[in-house]
Formats: sequence, structure tokens, C-alpha cells
Amino acid sequence: MSAKFEPITGRYMHLDLFGRSHRIYVEEAGEGTPLLCLHTAGSDGRQYRGLMNDARVTSKHRVIAFDMPWHGKSSPPAGWHDEEYQLTSVQYTTMVLEISAALGLDRPILIGCSIGGRIALHLALEHPESFRAIIGLQAGAHVDPYYDLNFLHRSDVHGGEVCGAIVSGLVGPDAPDKERWETLWHYMQGGPGVFKGDLYFYKLDGDIRGRVAQIDTRRCPLFLLSGEYDYSCTPEETLAVANSIPGCEVIIMMGLGHFPMSEDPQAFLAHLLPVLEKIGAK
Amino acid sequence: MGQEMIETLQRRVNDDQGLVRRGRYLTTSFLLEVGATPWLISIFEGRIVQVTSGPFVMPSSSFALRAAEEEWQKFWSSRPPPGSNDLMALIKRRVLKAEGNLQIFMSHLRYFKEVLAKLRADGAAA
Repeated sequence: MSAKFEPITGRYMHLDLFGRSHRIYVEEAGEGTPLLCLHTAGSDGRQYRGLMNDARVTSKHRVIAFDMPWHGKSSPPAGWHDEEYQLTSVQYTTMVLEISAALGLDRPILIGCSIGGRIALHLALEHPESFRAIIGLQAGAHVDPYYDLNFLHRSDVHGGEVCGAIVSGLVGPDAPDKERWETLWHYMQGGPGVFKGDLYFYKLDGDIRGRVAQIDTRRCPLFLLSGEYDYSCTPEETLAVANSIPGCEVIIMMGLGHFPMSEDPQAFLAHLLPVLEKIGAK
Repeated sequence: MGQEMIETLQRRVNDDQGLVRRGRYLTTSFLLEVGATPWLISIFEGRIVQVTSGPFVMPSSSFALRAAEEEWQKFWSSRPPPGSNDLMALIKRRVLKAEGNLQIFMSHLRYFKEVLAKLRADGAAA
């Protein structure tokens, strides 16, 4: 028996957000340029375990992932039991900027997937000075609802089972089973109504179609990476965003799905490392 | 779509102990429409007990899944292309219609995805 520890450390941060106190779980690994990571809807920061365990990333970057309030090991704020959770663009923007400031990060690289990719577009538009580069994974300007979201939160449907099953086909076909099912497990562990509440931002409040072309990549470089098998944010939708923004760089990752950093970290790193190199050289 | 192929569904599902176990609280019938051909699939406690082909006069089922034959053919290929690899992908493209009491479908979504993926050429994952 030999125990082996990963280089990841975690802490709980107490921070006021939107006028309420929050207890937020933050993990990190590595040293160097800060790389702030945003997880997908209904999941948590464990999605970035592959980056935090890869010395090619951590030798030059301080990789940081927080669990959004209500997600993973972060608590919902006191009083949650009488509320319906709904994420908005304003809250999400505030959360990312305040947590970055509270950690003392100096213009981090931002990487976000799905809802994290969408807010990355909002931040690229509204707060380009706060980041040295922005990487949007599975980032589209809008997604129409394509199923009845109420099924994600009703007492006669098991929330964990349905959230895992809803997203299972979004994992690409070549993902190793271990990473595929780890990714789905995170979904199965989400609290009641949390995935649905995140999708309020993704499918309703966070629509940025009308403004995305105003992003100025001279103020903050923007990279969009999307998996071929993502039917939620399709490659066509990412390409449409990229083509509307001068200077935006885009990569379609063949064989990968909606959760590239978690479903197949090694395949994803083959695409990400050259992007980090390029950002480092700027 | 070959009649023989869909008739293998019963054996393919019932031979998978994990899948039957995950469906153990499910007893229902649903309609699977492959183009113009309807199939009535009856499930008892996670086991498929009957697969019958139509046409039917008054089929009773809890819900129906309807798509064109070429869409099911892509879904059942050994490596389905993007957009055809999952029931939700077909629904997103509006080529699969799910109608009826969808609480039964959604509360056992993993089960139904895996049952229908059993018809893939080499049994590729759901």
C-alpha cells in the first residue's frame, strides 16, 4: 500500500457576493501565471483535475478552480431553502471578478467551459482589461432550450439520475470510460435544481448574440475551443461566434464533446498547451 | 431497418444484468417508430418481455419515440456521427419526436438511452 497525493490543495474562502455571505471552495495547483478555471453548469471544479495534475501546465501556471456557490463543496447562501436558484449574467460576472480580486490575481488567463464559456464572452466584452487572455470552451452566443428544463427539478424524477443522463451523450465517443463516468458522476452529485438554475443563464438570461461582435481582441486575446461531438453548443455555433469577432482564434477539437478538460484531459491538453504557449509569448 | 434486428432487442437487453437492474422499478410499454413501422416494446421490471411490430389498431403505450428510418440508421451505426450519437442529440435537431407521458421516459432516461443503443452494430456505448 502506498499512498500518493496529488499536488492540488483546497481551501474555503468566505466572501460577500451580491450582499450575502458565501462559503466558497477554491482549489489550486502550480506556480506562475494565474489560470482561473470556470466549470460547466451543474458540475464543479473537479472538472479541471487533469490540468492541475499535469506538470506541463502547472510548471508555468497557478491553476485555480472554484466551485460556484451551490456547487461542489461550496454552500448555498443562508436562506437557500426557501428560494429558487437562478444564475444571471450580472451575478456570474460579479462572482468571477470578485473571486479573482479576493485571490489577488493579477490579470489571470480565464478559461471557462459551457456556461463558463458563455460568461467568458461576456467578460471579454465588458471587462477585457481584467484578463491577459480568455479561453472559451464550448462557447456559443446562445442555446435555445431543446427539452423541458422542469424535468431537471421535480420530485417524481431523481435529480442526480436525470442530470447525469441528460448530459451523457455530450461526452465524445473516444473519452476513456474512467474520465467519462467521473464527469457524469459530478452531474449526478449536484444539488436539487442547481443544474436547472444554471441553465437559466445559459438558455435565457445570458444571450449575447446581439453584442458578441463588439468584442475587441486587441484589448484581450480570445481563443475558442469546441469539441466536435457537442450538440449543445455545436462547432457551427462556435465558428459563427469566432467568425464575427476579428482576431478571435478558433479550434474545433475532433472526437471531443462538451466537457473536454474532464472527459478526456490528455486529448484536450494537446489542444490547450499550444494556446497557453502562445499566450505566454505575447 | 431489418425486422430481425429490432427483434434481437429483447435478448440484448435482458442479457445485460446491470441494465435490467437499473430498470427494476420500471414496468411500461412504449412505441418505437422507425419511419412508417411502429414497434410496441413491453417492459416488466426492467426486462423486455415483448417486442411486437405493427401496424396496430389501438396500441396502448406510455410514450412514443418517432424518427425517420435514416435517422435511426445513423443512431444505430457503430460510430454515430455528431448529432446522431444520442437520443437528446436527435431531439435537439428536432428529428426525434418524444410524445406522451414523458415523466416515464425522463425518470429512466439512462435506461432508455442504453436500451436503444443496444441495437448498435457493435454494441457501442449509449
